[in-house]
Amino acid sequence: MNSAINLLFLFILSILHNVCGLYFHIGETERKCFIEEIPDETSVIVNYKVELYDPRSGGYMPSSPGIGMHVEVRDPDDKTLLSRVYSSEGRISFTSHTPGEHVICMFSNSTAWFSGSQLRVHLDIQVGEHTINYGDVVQKEKLSELQLRIRQLLDQVDQISKEQNYQRYREERFRQTSESTNGRVLWWSIIQTGILLTMGAWQMKHLKSFFEAKKLV
Amino acid sequence: MDYWFCLLTFLIVFFKFTKGTELTFELPDSAKECFHEEIKKNTSVNVEFQVVTGGQYDVDVTVEDPKKKIIYKQIKMQFDSHSFTAEHTGIYVICFSNEFSTFSHKLVYFDLQVGDEQPLPGVGEHVTVMTQMESSAQDIHRALNNIIDFQTHHRLRETQGRKRAEDLNERVLWWSILESLAVLVIAFGQVFVLKNFFTEKKPFGVK
Repeated sequence: MNSAINLLFLFILSILHNVCGLYFHIGETERKCFIEEIPDETSVIVNYKVELYDPRSGGYMPSSPGIGMHVEVRDPDDKTLLSRVYSSEGRISFTSHTPGEHVICMFSNSTAWFSGSQLRVHLDIQVGEHTINYGDVVQKEKLSELQLRIRQLLDQVDQISKEQNYQRYREERFRQTSESTNGRVLWWSIIQTGILLTMGAWQMKHLKSFFEAKKLV
Repeated sequence: MDYWFCLLTFLIVFFKFTKGTELTFELPDSAKECFHEEIKKNTSVNVEFQVVTGGQYDVDVTVEDPKKKIIYKQIKMQFDSHSFTAEHTGIYVICFSNEFSTFSHKLVYFDLQVGDEQPLPGVGEHVTVMTQMESSAQDIHRALNNIIDFQTHHRLRETQGRKRAEDLNERVLWWSILESLAVLVIAFGQVFVLKNFFTEKKPFGVK
């Protein structure tokens, strides 16, 4: 009985969770991209809902089933992780395999039929330990409150250490770049000095022979 | 106990529900991007933004309340955070504008926290006094949240630094190429001009 109420709560709240939140407007043919810089093995959940502008009522209507959103996720190496057409409301989750900037792009699959019309997109992106639904954890594993708290702490620490690893990786890459730049600048200045000296010497030699030939000296 | 689970679940989901949004998006030149959020009266809201890359790392930001009154406005800011308490229930609009810039394309990060951050599920609705373990767990949770926040800032700073370094690297590359060309052109040019100088005189001298 209680678990039924529990489920009901979850259901209602998950609806609320999906419906509420931040939204923005895009044109029907517009493309919108968001960037998430995340460590590897981190899960990301994207919840979205699209509404179509209705000129008759002047409001936004939950769009007709014909309208879908094309969602594309690209990893730092520009490889497509996910590229699919979803319905007007949905939940996408993926896990990163390479650390770095993941680009999440959304655009509607509508044709030029109603171009000029506006779409309202509700969007919520959750990363890392925020993707864990503790309600489900309680349901599945029957944890006590304290156990749940500890569980949450563990998840957080896990995420922090992943992030730190990623930072270390980034720092290493950055340092390598800096060192290589440093080396190149060194070589560059040596070569440039060489060019300058050669040019000066050549000028002198050339002019000297020129003046001698012209019997000016 | 089951009742507790129920309440706990409720609060956990609620906690997630009140949790803010973090987004990083691209802002093309002379574009304006607005985000809307429905906020209930007397909810505390915290907006934080930072320009990650592009141009002079600045952006115009405005926050508008449901009555179209501008409650926060910053022009050409690199980063800032602003907290306010919602005076009315309704749609609040946060706009990032790059309209002053004609060619620089920017990357903007922003974080919107609506409602008080519920540190742990179950807190506030706690009827019994928390055990020491529970309150320690809560303290740790808060501390960890702080760490995550600082990490995010650190990551953004790092990204900013890295992008700047990459930009600088590219500019230095172009500059060096141009400089070597200039050295070569000047070297040959000097000789050519000097030679001309003397050869032009000679025909007159001979005649």
